[in-house]
Amino acid sequence: MTGLGETLGSGAMTNDFESIKSADTILIIGSNTTENHPVIGSFIKERKRKGNCTLIVCDPRKIEMAKYADVYIRQKSGSDVVLLNGLMHVILRENLYASDFIEKNVNNFEKLKETMSKYTPQYVSEITGVSPELIEDAARAYAKGPNSAIFYTMGITQHLNGTDNVRTVANLALLCGMLGRPGTGVNPLRGQNNVQGACDTGCLPEVIPGYQKVTLPATQQKVKELWGSDLPATPGLSVVEMMHAAGEGKIKGMYIMGENSMVTEPDSDHVRHALKKLDFLVVQDIFLTETAEFAHVVLPAASWGEKDGTFTNTCRAVQRVRKAVDSPGEARPDWEILLAVGKRLGASWNDMNSPETIFNAIGRIAPAYAGITYARLEGGALPWPCPTCEHPGTPILYTTGFPRGKADFSPCDWVKPDEWPTEEYPFIATTGRILYHYHSGSMTRRSSTGEFIKEMYIEVNPADATALNVKDGEQIKVTSRRGEVSGSVKITDRVPAGTVFLPFHFSETSANILTSAKIDPYSKTPGFKVNAVKLEKTV
Amino acid sequence: MALYRAHVLICHGTGCASGGAPKVLEAFKEELAKKGLEKEILVIATGCHGMCEFGPIVVVYPEGTFYSQVKPSDVAEIVEEHLYKGRIVTRLLYKEPLSAQKVCHYKDIPFYGKQHRIVLSNCGYINPDNIDEYISRDGYQALGKCLVEMTPAAVIDEMKKSGLRGRGGGGFPTGMKWGFCAASPGDKKYVICNADEGDPGAFMDRSILEGDPHAVIEGMMIGGYAMGADEGYIYCRAEYPLAIKRLQTAIKNATEYGLLGEDILGTGFNFTLHIKEGAGAFVCGEETALMASIEGQRGMPRARPPFPAVKGLWGKPTNINNVETWANVPRIIVQGAECFAAMGTEKSKGTKVFALTGKVKNTGLVEVPMGITIREIVFEIGGGIIGDKKFKAVQIGGPSGGCLVDEHLDLAVDYESLTAAGAIMGSGGLVVLDEGNCMVDTAKFFLEFTQRESCGKCVPCREGTKKMLDILTRITEGKGVPEDIDRLLYLGNQIKDASLCALGGTAPNPVLTTLKYFRHEYEAHIFDKKCPAGVCQSLLRYSINTEKCIGCTKCARNCPVSCISGKVKEPHVIDQDKCIKCGACMDNCPVGAVVKG
Amino acid sequence: MASIKAIINGKSITAESGMTILQAARANGIHIPTLCDHPALSPFGACRICLVEAEKNPKLLTSCTTPITEGMIVHTNTPRVIEARKAVLELILVRHPLECFSCASNGKCELQDVAYELGVKDSRFADPGDTNTSHKLEDANPFYVRDLNKCILCGRCVRVCEEHAIYHAIDFQGRGIHTSIQPPVGSPIEESDCVFCGQCVQVCPVGALFEKTAAGQGRPWDLEKVKTVCSYCGVGCELEVNVNKKTGKIANVTTNYSSPTALNKGRSCVKGRFAWQFVHSEDRLTTPLIREGDTFRKASWDEALSLVAEKLGEVKTKHGSDALGFFSSARCTNEENYLMQRLAREVMGTNNVDHCAHL
Repeated sequence: MTGLGETLGSGAMTNDFESIKSADTILIIGSNTTENHPVIGSFIKERKRKGNCTLIVCDPRKIEMAKYADVYIRQKSGSDVVLLNGLMHVILRENLYASDFIEKNVNNFEKLKETMSKYTPQYVSEITGVSPELIEDAARAYAKGPNSAIFYTMGITQHLNGTDNVRTVANLALLCGMLGRPGTGVNPLRGQNNVQGACDTGCLPEVIPGYQKVTLPATQQKVKELWGSDLPATPGLSVVEMMHAAGEGKIKGMYIMGENSMVTEPDSDHVRHALKKLDFLVVQDIFLTETAEFAHVVLPAASWGEKDGTFTNTCRAVQRVRKAVDSPGEARPDWEILLAVGKRLGASWNDMNSPETIFNAIGRIAPAYAGITYARLEGGALPWPCPTCEHPGTPILYTTGFPRGKADFSPCDWVKPDEWPTEEYPFIATTGRILYHYHSGSMTRRSSTGEFIKEMYIEVNPADATALNVKDGEQIKVTSRRGEVSGSVKITDRVPAGTVFLPFHFSETSANILTSAKIDPYSKTPGFKVNAVKLEKTV
Repeated sequence: MALYRAHVLICHGTGCASGGAPKVLEAFKEELAKKGLEKEILVIATGCHGMCEFGPIVVVYPEGTFYSQVKPSDVAEIVEEHLYKGRIVTRLLYKEPLSAQKVCHYKDIPFYGKQHRIVLSNCGYINPDNIDEYISRDGYQALGKCLVEMTPAAVIDEMKKSGLRGRGGGGFPTGMKWGFCAASPGDKKYVICNADEGDPGAFMDRSILEGDPHAVIEGMMIGGYAMGADEGYIYCRAEYPLAIKRLQTAIKNATEYGLLGEDILGTGFNFTLHIKEGAGAFVCGEETALMASIEGQRGMPRARPPFPAVKGLWGKPTNINNVETWANVPRIIVQGAECFAAMGTEKSKGTKVFALTGKVKNTGLVEVPMGITIREIVFEIGGGIIGDKKFKAVQIGGPSGGCLVDEHLDLAVDYESLTAAGAIMGSGGLVVLDEGNCMVDTAKFFLEFTQRESCGKCVPCREGTKKMLDILTRITEGKGVPEDIDRLLYLGNQIKDASLCALGGTAPNPVLTTLKYFRHEYEAHIFDKKCPAGVCQSLLRYSINTEKCIGCTKCARNCPVSCISGKVKEPHVIDQDKCIKCGACMDNCPVGAVVKG
Repeated sequence: MASIKAIINGKSITAESGMTILQAARANGIHIPTLCDHPALSPFGACRICLVEAEKNPKLLTSCTTPITEGMIVHTNTPRVIEARKAVLELILVRHPLECFSCASNGKCELQDVAYELGVKDSRFADPGDTNTSHKLEDANPFYVRDLNKCILCGRCVRVCEEHAIYHAIDFQGRGIHTSIQPPVGSPIEESDCVFCGQCVQVCPVGALFEKTAAGQGRPWDLEKVKTVCSYCGVGCELEVNVNKKTGKIANVTTNYSSPTALNKGRSCVKGRFAWQFVHSEDRLTTPLIREGDTFRKASWDEALSLVAEKLGEVKTKHGSDALGFFSSARCTNEENYLMQRLAREVMGTNNVDHCAHL
């Protein structure tokens, strides 16, 4: 998000789903689309099947989408920047870039050329383990277009250099002018139903709703006018930083809404320590989660299906969610609880007493939401920016240029991941989601899906399994510098030799015991995808 | 080419080959080598001669001496007597069934006399694996003529003038069909040869592919040129391994000669040809199912329109003809449309190949001019009914066809006359039935086939043929009820009306035509619980004529269920409740006292 | 789109070029019964229920596959058409178990509807023992049950898997009366390419496929549809939550292929369709809880809210605003996230507000 915002001006998906139909080349990197965004996966597969579409899939795991790929690239985990730089090197070398587009729209081209010069296919091949020919094939196919789209998710962002990864993706799109038209775009697929909306509405430490920086005087003035209060002028702490600060005793009180930090955050042991140390913890959730166990007060919330409101999906489309059933017992919608807490703490908030009135307040402060109303949403989703009530919404960004006039190339050099295999920890452990589960599993494990996949497993390459002398279904222990988990082995060539994959949905054997709470300095995202570990057969 | 004083042609059609032809060929080579004749006499494995009943067949040219049922042990004699001393081996000559006379020469055999072999002209005459032999018989001359002298439109005109109609069953005018495909816009088109011959007992296409593969290839190329297609598929059932092998050789040789591939004969015309092996599903003979199968999907028909000429294989304009149709094409081009159109009836031109089977003396493959009568086919070419029993019917067109009876014997066979009589030309299966055939059982046989081969997609075919089969089964088991005849008629007509493809649309024909001409047989089964032909086991009743029985006890001793009782030298009795109708008593009775009925 | 003029049942109609007879009839308010047709799927022409007669055409035509052409004169209700439909329907009913009473699809079964429309109670052709019993009930997975004895082989499931799920996990197998819908030979559904998106279940016109968890949760007429958006990934699939009006509980979740507002075009995944039972989970929190030593005690909202306000205020007073941290949630609505950051910034005076965007 950070990387994209910096390069292009906005951190969201640039194009909508319809746009997939017009893509001539689709590059998927670090996204197991068919499992994590199955319906988008189906759109991409449908496009591929109609013909005349080149599909490039780059993923260390041989994911399902790799089956349909014209070019399948199996780069080493953590080497994405090198790989993408390699593509740009080839595109520059063979003069395949969009020179007119760059001249009109992008700054910093010389710097890009300079940085890319050393990323020859040969050099890139040495680091990524991908043959130079495949790198060239992918580069040519992407540059050829005429309309090429990039899709990525956590495989790109959940690295300590995630921001560099994202910048590099954006560089590639800018280099070939693959923005602003149907079939093009830089498309980060958001993992959670309303992660886009939570960002849009200002649940970020450095911006208020509408991505207005807290440090800017204009923002502060606007807040003063609309909310009647002074906005603190320094950016706050991120989730991982807050947890650190709690551990260090700097944060004393915490309010956690709908979040099971004990399972989803990296370095679970550290999270436990931090939560225990708090003077006061409120957890507002639908279940007594592993995190709620540490709370001083637990507030029962309404779940999905029990409340009205809006979600903003991965392509910026705002949609209505509706109440279908009543909440159990005395559980209340989160908005109702927050209104009550705010009022008890002195807020007036008289203009807000229902989801619709709250939504209208969002529109008053976030210009991109200004033209969206509940009434309009009855007619279907509206993608922001939608500044006025007459505005039809914006399915594709940058059709007429970039918000800041010109976009910037932000060339990045590859930095070896912090956690690279060593003699003691010779394997890379990577974590992620599987089709049948979601996040901490608190919902999917209480549904039919929980009966289907009941427990954590560890994907191990057949060669590694042979070396470790383990058979399918046997138990192994995975140990990182931070902790260990055990699980049954699933032998599959989906993972390359030297890498294991662990789904993180299972709190009793939480894969995040292994992961590091070190974060990307810009996006504050932890590096879930590369963890040095050792494997042992357990008897 | 080296010159030889004599040629020994050994039929390697499927019938002869399985009858031992390859061993006969070995024996010839050995014997000729022993005599030092291998430089003088050439031994050739050919395609089918058509007289499969009398294989393995050996024909010695130049005189055309026709030896039948030759065994490896006969070879030494043929070599010694015929090829060395010039004396014909009379005992191996073909014996004409009607006159019981030995016939020496190929051309004098009545089986061939009434035939008009155009499509089959090379079958049994050339070595199908040798492209030079095909070329020496005017092969690829038609292709050259088309590419060099004719425009695609002129080729289509020629086809239209010839009056050739699809030999796969539908009888759609070939020239018109080509015209549709040619007119269909698209830069990529396909031609397909339907070699998924699946009618029980049919082997016309197989024999053509095995005996003259280049004729089919040449026909397809001419079609490709005329319609603007540069790629073709031959969809051949995998159960025809010899045909596939011959086609592979033919394609390889033609490619080596520059007759297939790019810039053919320097004219800029490109054509590539693939063989696709089908898994033996009858329905894949239906053209939309066939295309689905080539595309790797399950062979199931789809609704038309769109027709293949507009949207066919991989969505591109496509023309599909069957083997026999394609094989006719080079001959029409070489000899001219008028010559072809001179044969046959007003609306059906040329010849038709039939697989003649059933109760005739000469079974085999015959090619006859359109307009020939059933009588000529059955009694002259076929040599009449085996055992000189009474002719009952012919079933034409396989499971999609119908039966024709006495009154049709002088019917001139063409598309229209057969359809009018309730049968169809079909792909050319012709089964002769005699008084020993039960028509209900015959209809049941075909229904069993269509039900088993129904692709299962549309309700009338899948469910309807099953229900008709259930009814037929219970009729043959003596459990039929009076309403069953009306039910069969109703279901038959509804299935014809409502089915998706021709398989279902024609499946009731065998039932409907037998009901039309032999309703009394159905009634006998239902009301009298009798099978007049004595075929349906459940309805059989064996009894012992006490007048004739001599009390020898043979029947009782041979009865597997011991249901015959009686004292020695006294008449015996069969316990009808225990009898399993195996017929052992009848077979063993020395005086013919056991009667069936 | 060029417009076409034709006549259906004596009524002049206009249709768009490329429309089938069925589409043209529907667009003009003329009803033709169907079974294998589904608006979201490619025409198949298998069930033959939609047969019609067109003048100058000797054959009956399936209206679902035949394009309407200029000047076409179509009759949808002639005696010949009705008879063919009845024959086809009664052929289906020969083997289809008539156990509607206990069938999960009773009330939404399209076979029932067609039989009702044609006035057919049972089949003239059914003999004792014809009813399908050859297939065992397949219920090994927690999502859906296959009862192939009820399958009418309309092929909707095959088409939806091929055209919407894009998996082609199942296809027709066998021939004649032994035709059935199966994953590749030798593997059960659970080991096939099936990813349990359940789209096949939704389009099944009869009770051959039904949701395991919906059993007993309400008859179709008890249910009220509430249109909403899925709570899982960021795609934002539009879903219909079907609520039993009698119990107030969710019976099942479906999608709408015809909804103009659905970004997912009616598609779904296993989570969206099947992972909703958590809503009615026994261990949902139902009252506020306040810690007492190592355990919690139930509390009133008033008490809990007062305590929260008091304690947050206390931290702020004692340690300053930035000693507070607020974790919002990407699972919550825009409105709730908006309120959370206002609580942090405006009420408590800190920018320490974030959510799990990065996790």
